[in-house]
Amino acid sequence: MMVAESLASNNKVLKIRNLSTHYFSRRGVLKAVDRVSMDLRKQEFIGIVGESGCGKSTLAFSIMRLIQPPGKIVEGEILFNGKDLLKLKDEEMRRVRGKEIGMVFQDPMTSLDPLEKIGDQIVETIQMHEDVDKKEALEKAMKLLESVGLPGDRVNYYPHQLSGGQRQRVMIALAIALNPTLLIADEPTTALDVIVQEKIMEILEKMKREGRSIILITHDFSLAAEKSDRILIMYAGWIVEMGDSMKLVAEPLHPYTKGLIESVPDIWLARKIKTMPGFPPDLINPPPGCKFHPRCPKAKEICKREEPPLIEVNGRLVKCWLYE
Amino acid sequence: MASLKAYIATRALLVIPTVIILLTLVFFILRILPGDPIASMVGQKVPPEVLERLREEAGLNKPIYIQYFEYLFNIIHGNFGRSMIWGKRPVIAEIMDRFPATLELTIFGFILSVLIGVFTGSIAAFKRNSKLDASMRIYSIIAYSLFIPWFGMVLQMIFGVYLKILPIAGRITPGVEPERITTLYVLDSILTLNFQALSSSLIHLFLPSLTLGIVLSGAYTRLVRNNLIDILSQDFITAYRARGVKDRKIALHAMKNAFIPVITLMGLQFAILLAGAVLTETTFSWPGMGTFLLERIQYRDYNSVQGAIVFYALFVALISLIVDVIYALIDPRVRY
Repeated sequence: MMVAESLASNNKVLKIRNLSTHYFSRRGVLKAVDRVSMDLRKQEFIGIVGESGCGKSTLAFSIMRLIQPPGKIVEGEILFNGKDLLKLKDEEMRRVRGKEIGMVFQDPMTSLDPLEKIGDQIVETIQMHEDVDKKEALEKAMKLLESVGLPGDRVNYYPHQLSGGQRQRVMIALAIALNPTLLIADEPTTALDVIVQEKIMEILEKMKREGRSIILITHDFSLAAEKSDRILIMYAGWIVEMGDSMKLVAEPLHPYTKGLIESVPDIWLARKIKTMPGFPPDLINPPPGCKFHPRCPKAKEICKREEPPLIEVNGRLVKCWLYE
Repeated sequence: MASLKAYIATRALLVIPTVIILLTLVFFILRILPGDPIASMVGQKVPPEVLERLREEAGLNKPIYIQYFEYLFNIIHGNFGRSMIWGKRPVIAEIMDRFPATLELTIFGFILSVLIGVFTGSIAAFKRNSKLDASMRIYSIIAYSLFIPWFGMVLQMIFGVYLKILPIAGRITPGVEPERITTLYVLDSILTLNFQALSSSLIHLFLPSLTLGIVLSGAYTRLVRNNLIDILSQDFITAYRARGVKDRKIALHAMKNAFIPVITLMGLQFAILLAGAVLTETTFSWPGMGTFLLERIQYRDYNSVQGAIVFYALFVALISLIVDVIYALIDPRVRY
């Protein structure tokens, strides 16, 4: 709990303590999120970075309590504006979703109901949480579309009539329809081309300026480094490093973070891309000790035996034996 | 919507070759079968000269290809000919007497099969991998493999013979028929506010349409279950939940999406439904096209059988056209 105390301060929108989400399969228990603790301040833009399967999406879905069987949140606390989301009744949690926490999904092509008009989907979302008539909700829907850079008349369009980028704008409009204080974007630009990606990121930054806290989940390290205030690196269900974006890029502490930075292609080809050896571990039978040690160039004897603690170094947190 | 009109026009035009091919097949199959309408009507004790004269009167002595082209020529001019046995009434009049009964039965059977199928399939999908799901799956297999005459008789035994609460034959209690407007008894009795006729015709409809409905629901149960499970795992359902949309509303959205392939099946099933209706009609002595067709095939009444086939073909074509339009109305991706 030493970690928790060092993180504690005011202005926290979200406090996650010791959260574990496991998937129960026939082969065994998969610890997708393994005792994760993190905080998010008001109006903070945080990037959660990691390879596919590291648990970053599971973390996001856990915050929304959208984990479906065979997955289950097995322990921990998710304090959101002071209330523990994991203790809420289903109906109370439903009112939090959309109203207080908005979520944008990875694939805009499949995240909208193909049979309903854009406007109807926004109106339904608004009416789920607020007692307004259809006309009023529709006017609000048009304003929302304009706020994400789409013409208001797109309320009359069906999803298949819009491009991927336009649909992602609609997804953002849906996520902010009720002005939630927290916006979670799960790989919002992965399925889009680079130019559209930049536009979507601009909208997210605007959302932050308007006072919202943002969690951006991405496997794109450079994107997170550019846009977010703080970065959180996940590996095999653990948070292995967490800290200020600038500092983290300038001086990565964890060998995994270093590896990630070195594997980002450089447009000027000033240096060779280094790929990281090996693959993420099988989370049902993870390696003992530090889960990263089989791929770690600096692994010591202790790394193979004991799980490293999360240590504070220069105002950052790192889960590695090198700094003990 | 212009493309929809063109689509409907194409579909309507395609009906013509379909009907001609069907008619050709039926025309020759009927004549390959042993016996002819004259022989089956007058029996075997008639002298051969008389038989020969009667055949000549009916035009059955002409070469078969001449008969065929004459018949096609008449059909194109809307002339279905007359029945070749008994009263020699125009075929079209006989069909008009029988067709509404079949229409009523198939509509009710159709609606019941879809309702039962969607209901059982949805339950199975929402309670996936539960005992309820397993029992719905067993239901769908049993329903799908039921033999209509056998199942109809079981229902007749239970409700008609033991419980004595439902009639087992006929369309309506004789004497209470509603004033004839469309000859659809249910519709006519509603139009004339004749509640005695309404209740009587509904009671008579119950067992036949239930038989038909249950047997045909099995395919829907499976299709709805599998589709709904697929839809429920899609991103947009999670997205609905992430926006705090209530579970009941999400279920409705999911069912609307899962319904699209069901509409396709509805079009395909309709032809099967008509075949099933023939069996149901004979089981429940239902005075419809099925019993008519069966009787006329036995008597080799060429004109009646051919006329009935044209009617069936047009009916199936019309229904599949309606199904396609419904499809376009529900799914915007088809519309534009």
